[in-house]
Amino acid sequence: MQHVAIADQTEELHDPHSFITKYVWSQDHKVIAIQYGGTAIFVGLVALVLSGLMRLQLGFPESFDFIDPSAYLQFVTMHGMIMVIYLLTALLLGGFGNYLIPLMIGARDMVFPYLNMLSFWFYLLSVIILLSSFFVPGGPTGAGWTLYPPQAILEGTPGYDWGIILMLASLAVFIIAFTMGGLNYVTTVLQARTHGMTLMRMPLTIWGIFTATVLGLLAFPALLVSAIMMMLDKLIGTSFFMPALVSLGENLDYTGGSPVLFQHLFWFFGHPEVYIVALPAFGMVSDVLATHARKNIFGYRMMVWAIVAIGGLSFIVWAHHMYVSGMHPAFGFFFATTTLIIAVPTAIKVYNWVLTLWQGNIHLTVPMLFAIGFIFTFTHGGLTGLFLGNVVIDLPLSDTYFVVAHFHMVMGVSPIMVLFAAIYHWYPLMTGRMFNVTLGKLHFWFTFLGTYAIYLPMHYIGILGVPRRYFAMGTTDFIPESAQTLNASITVSALIVGMSQLFFLANVFWSIRNGEKTGHNPWGATSLEWQTPDVPPKHGNWGKELPRVYRWAYDYSVPGAKEDFIPQNHPVTKEEQTGGEHEEKA
Amino acid sequence: MSVDTDKTTTFTEPGISGMVSDWSSDKQAFDMPWGKLMMWIFLLSDTFIFSIFLTGYMNVRMSATDQWPNSSEVFALTLFGVHLPLILIAIMTFVLITSSGTMAMAVNYAYRGDRRKTAILMAITALLGASFVGMQAFEWTKLIVEEGIRPWGNPMGAAQFGSTFFMITGFHGMHVTAGVIYLAIVARKVGRGDYEKKGYAIVEIAGLYWHFVDLVWVFIFAFFYLW
Repeated sequence: MQHVAIADQTEELHDPHSFITKYVWSQDHKVIAIQYGGTAIFVGLVALVLSGLMRLQLGFPESFDFIDPSAYLQFVTMHGMIMVIYLLTALLLGGFGNYLIPLMIGARDMVFPYLNMLSFWFYLLSVIILLSSFFVPGGPTGAGWTLYPPQAILEGTPGYDWGIILMLASLAVFIIAFTMGGLNYVTTVLQARTHGMTLMRMPLTIWGIFTATVLGLLAFPALLVSAIMMMLDKLIGTSFFMPALVSLGENLDYTGGSPVLFQHLFWFFGHPEVYIVALPAFGMVSDVLATHARKNIFGYRMMVWAIVAIGGLSFIVWAHHMYVSGMHPAFGFFFATTTLIIAVPTAIKVYNWVLTLWQGNIHLTVPMLFAIGFIFTFTHGGLTGLFLGNVVIDLPLSDTYFVVAHFHMVMGVSPIMVLFAAIYHWYPLMTGRMFNVTLGKLHFWFTFLGTYAIYLPMHYIGILGVPRRYFAMGTTDFIPESAQTLNASITVSALIVGMSQLFFLANVFWSIRNGEKTGHNPWGATSLEWQTPDVPPKHGNWGKELPRVYRWAYDYSVPGAKEDFIPQNHPVTKEEQTGGEHEEKA
Repeated sequence: MSVDTDKTTTFTEPGISGMVSDWSSDKQAFDMPWGKLMMWIFLLSDTFIFSIFLTGYMNVRMSATDQWPNSSEVFALTLFGVHLPLILIAIMTFVLITSSGTMAMAVNYAYRGDRRKTAILMAITALLGASFVGMQAFEWTKLIVEEGIRPWGNPMGAAQFGSTFFMITGFHGMHVTAGVIYLAIVARKVGRGDYEKKGYAIVEIAGLYWHFVDLVWVFIFAFFYLW
């Protein structure tokens, strides 16, 4: 039997009618995206509050009775794990991946909507399991987000009895959810593109999400396996990661395991995870920059290959997280080299973003502000990565606040800047209304300047040698007292930035009902998601007929064109073909 | 480049140029149903899971401080008064590989449209798979009851022997069990004629999974029983 491509299948999607099938057990990728996004933002707010509590303790030690050392470690752990996995991964791939993939490539939905729906419900289950660990005896685990054994499952670590089990179970469920979603995203991008949508005509957003999903499908297995092994160590007393050891004066039954194995497995997942978060952000920021600078993205092909190259390289750099774990110098050399090589494609991307802005017609809209802010924060975070990638410089800086500042700049603040840019950019598409611009700009300036007020001094106290994850510094000779003053200032900034997110929340909720109606394509964007017959797009996205694509996604300010943008579904005109200036991009 | 064609385009060019034209085409990168591609991607992901399990096994085997048990002795069986090392596992491997053969025949008959033979061959495949799981249950019982091997320790030496063995063969056994159920469901639907309209790609997709499970077993067999 002849196999028919999805783009050639004529029948429309069956339309759900009842409230439950439309909004609760929905198989529509847009509803699932918003379910994913809402859950991720909610759990992200929990993690934001946890970081505020940590900062209170660090900035004003001995002032808060309810934060004891155990609670502090639990806040650190849960903040890290929630932010990295349950917020960033889920919001970027589950949220924006779900929303944008079918719309941007001209599909009616994901190729397997039912699986897509299951993906969300498994994700919700994993979040519930995770949050339930706050309410069990002993509380959530306090092992640090890296969950290093042997301490993660031994007495003395907070949450060693219940918290760690719930954490591992929640991660396993999350991975199942991610796999179900991820298979959908990859297959949809590869097999369900519309007429004329070749791979090299896809917006960079799709390239970023696609590559990140492939990374996820190959990296999450390492986390799954290490979670299973640690669970067995904890529950039935195997010794995968546990050497023979004495705990609280007692000889334990463990023998002969390898704690470093866990570190390898964890970081074989953990490093690609950085790019699982970063690549969708790279893609989305490229589209936001091009749209609001009214200029084609500079070096589209190079941008695509840079995404793919970063994705590939991210699998051979993991041990740069383990320089202090003890490693043969030759391996240290190898991993330092590969780590620094990643700077090449990354720098290509940064230069291309800047060159996209160069002589563009820059509209300083709210999404554009966040996108430009991202270029700053990402460059700063990336540059400190060059320090930490080198073994000799990493050794003294390891486990100091310099590391904390580095990864918060590069994988905390930067993707979140893009997420805000993306939420503001696509808000008119998702709701049909414009957000409040004043609130948006206030949100931007508080967030952008605030993060610098937090993280620049943190680099400095890191170089002073202040260690991370300490509940309190006490009196230490090598740390000057002024470090504490800085810590207090960081805390104040962090609380202000945290509170300023209320601008965002208020804006999002207020504008759903009260925002100005925008109609079609308020930004004048070229990519397909803005060309739907209805705003917001309805179930099935495209009405009777799928769109046809005739050009790449970046025809902004084409000389001789009537408007300063030509959507992807507009046929190439005679003048364009004979004008000579514009070359058909295929 | 086929940008404006209305009909389904199939790319029949062979070799690298065919691959290039597939990848630079619109609509789809591979000329296959999406379910099949999704299975391939899933198997790629699953390959990483098993590779990491086996890498972890090799690592703990190196880090273990106690003597590693002699696997050909542990897995020996005395049949009819003859002491045969690895006999059970040889039979299990033979059964599983045979099931791959019957699966391949089922795919062949599916594409020829022979519903009855397809369903029968798939049922045989599922039965062979079930007997594999049954023998595995027998092997586990023998190891646990007679030889006293537990995930957390055993009388012969390194505790990690039991831990990795039960974890990895258990994980593989779960894959086989899931495959048996999957095959049984598809076989029943094939027999009923549910796929007459949609086509029989589903048989090949189920087959991909089944061959993968067999292939993984070959590696587990090599690393556990022969090393």
